[in-house]
Amino acid sequence: MANLTDLGVKAIRDGVAAGDFSATEVAEAFNANVAAASALNAFIVATPEAALEAAKAADAKRAQGEALGKMGGVPIGMKDLFATRGVQTTAASHILQGFKPEYESTVSQRLWDAGAGMLGKLNLDQFAMGSSNETSYFGNVISPWRRNDGGNAALAPGGSSGGSSAAIAARLCPAATGTDTGGSIRQPAAFTGISGIKPTYGRCSRWGIVAFASSLDQAGPMARDVTDCAIMLEAMAGFDPKDSTSLDMPVPAWEAGLSPDMKGKRVGVPREYRMDGMDDDVAKCWEQGIAWLKDAGAEIVDISLPHTKYALPAYYIVAPAEASSNLARYDGVRYGLRDLPEGAGLQDMYAATRAAGFGAEVKRRILIGTYVLSAGYYDAYYTQAQKVRTLISLDFRNAFESCDVILAPTTPTAAFALGDKSDDPLAMYLNDVFSVPASLAGLPAMSVPAGLNREGLPLGLQIIGNMFDEQGVLNAGLAIERAAGFTGRPERWW
Amino acid sequence: MSVDTETVARIAALARIKLGDGELEAMVPELNGILAWVEQLGEVDVTGVEPMTAVIPNTLRLRDDVIDADPLTGGGRRDAVLANAPAAEHGFFGVPKVIE
Repeated sequence: MANLTDLGVKAIRDGVAAGDFSATEVAEAFNANVAAASALNAFIVATPEAALEAAKAADAKRAQGEALGKMGGVPIGMKDLFATRGVQTTAASHILQGFKPEYESTVSQRLWDAGAGMLGKLNLDQFAMGSSNETSYFGNVISPWRRNDGGNAALAPGGSSGGSSAAIAARLCPAATGTDTGGSIRQPAAFTGISGIKPTYGRCSRWGIVAFASSLDQAGPMARDVTDCAIMLEAMAGFDPKDSTSLDMPVPAWEAGLSPDMKGKRVGVPREYRMDGMDDDVAKCWEQGIAWLKDAGAEIVDISLPHTKYALPAYYIVAPAEASSNLARYDGVRYGLRDLPEGAGLQDMYAATRAAGFGAEVKRRILIGTYVLSAGYYDAYYTQAQKVRTLISLDFRNAFESCDVILAPTTPTAAFALGDKSDDPLAMYLNDVFSVPASLAGLPAMSVPAGLNREGLPLGLQIIGNMFDEQGVLNAGLAIERAAGFTGRPERWW
Repeated sequence: MSVDTETVARIAALARIKLGDGELEAMVPELNGILAWVEQLGEVDVTGVEPMTAVIPNTLRLRDDVIDADPLTGGGRRDAVLANAPAAEHGFFGVPKVIE
């Protein structure tokens, strides 16, 4: 029998349904890989029993002749930003250590209802704030990838969904949930040679996801290929009355609609994404992607997104502003950590609790957010940023009059080494330069692996679609996947 | 605009985060670096542009005004609500004495 942990979502689901192997065998194989990979630190909590229980339920259903769900028999990793009933949910922060939700997030519940099982809770940047998974209270996630220079420098798996990306690339799970606020699905996917899609804002319910920046946060799947992403996104998406920004629209049959044929499609190439001093390998990879889509039948169109350079600064006002408001709930009263110094009053308890519970990057962003929302500065910073956000959104609306999807690099470079950018917040923020604009406009966007750079590290290409057009994004992604024939995987050292 | 130690201390007090002297000093140049960088937004001509309020067009819904609209998070679940509280007492959240 093939190594079960080399299989993706579709192969597992179809194999279980056909009786080629049991869901229990699959869960056992992945549980073993998770247990043997503590060196990667991808999981905060492993839940092998939960994976086995779901697998046994799937096997029992099959024995009864019942239909299995969209994710029937597929064990997955759950980013530790999703509330899971009875299982510690921390957002990788000390302030939530020990928190066991009494309820289940909508997205995770939908996945369990579709037949998936949980291998564990995946590490991430604290409160999803970071691009390298170095801000977790539970330690760095180490990418399974290494440069081909014979050295063994520990590389960043990307962030904030760094546990998800590392676990999938290392075959600890066939797929995992991610969340994307400014690139947190796409950038880690690109760094680790896997696929990931952030759908249109509102497709996946935010209910039960620990909030970072509510107008930007969106859940999505991360997996080894485009088809697996389509399957899992179908299971995750759908209207939820408990999320006021949830889209009240039917979920399209994305898997059935997959087609790599780009005939009649116009692919926009934004000239503002060609930045001075762009990494050679990234530029070449982008050129290659353009050629692949042309070969698949697409017409290539030069487009302009004039406000691109203002997307990052606007994001670093809007996201911290929303974060400072959302994170006000961590007060040491209702859940999570309480630090009550001897003789302290209520206000001192708040301040001590938040000082002890939040990491440095989280504090930095709360302070920035508090400042830009404070009296006298609100209009100069926050209102101005929201106006620029309108302009960025209009840029995309204009561009989609002359193209169907947009092709760009996912990241300005391949994975960097842990520690390279951790003491320079601005250098870290610049990593999201290509992913943030689509987030600010709420558009669906995905990263697919396109090749390796000269150091032997994966590079991703990004496809951005018009609102609600996940199908167009997935199809262009599939065209690139077919043309690229990417088979790279990290050599096991852990 | 740039911030000094006093301003950062005031922001930290507003955000209810206790910062030690060393932390406070370190935060000043970091925040100033970020603020100087976001200041480039001032270059953008936003005449007549409305600030964004909803990224995808949507309308706010009202649910039926009923008790226990959701089985897990509706009403009548006091113990579940208190289950993660660091100091629940007698069916309430416990806090240090507020009134002397």
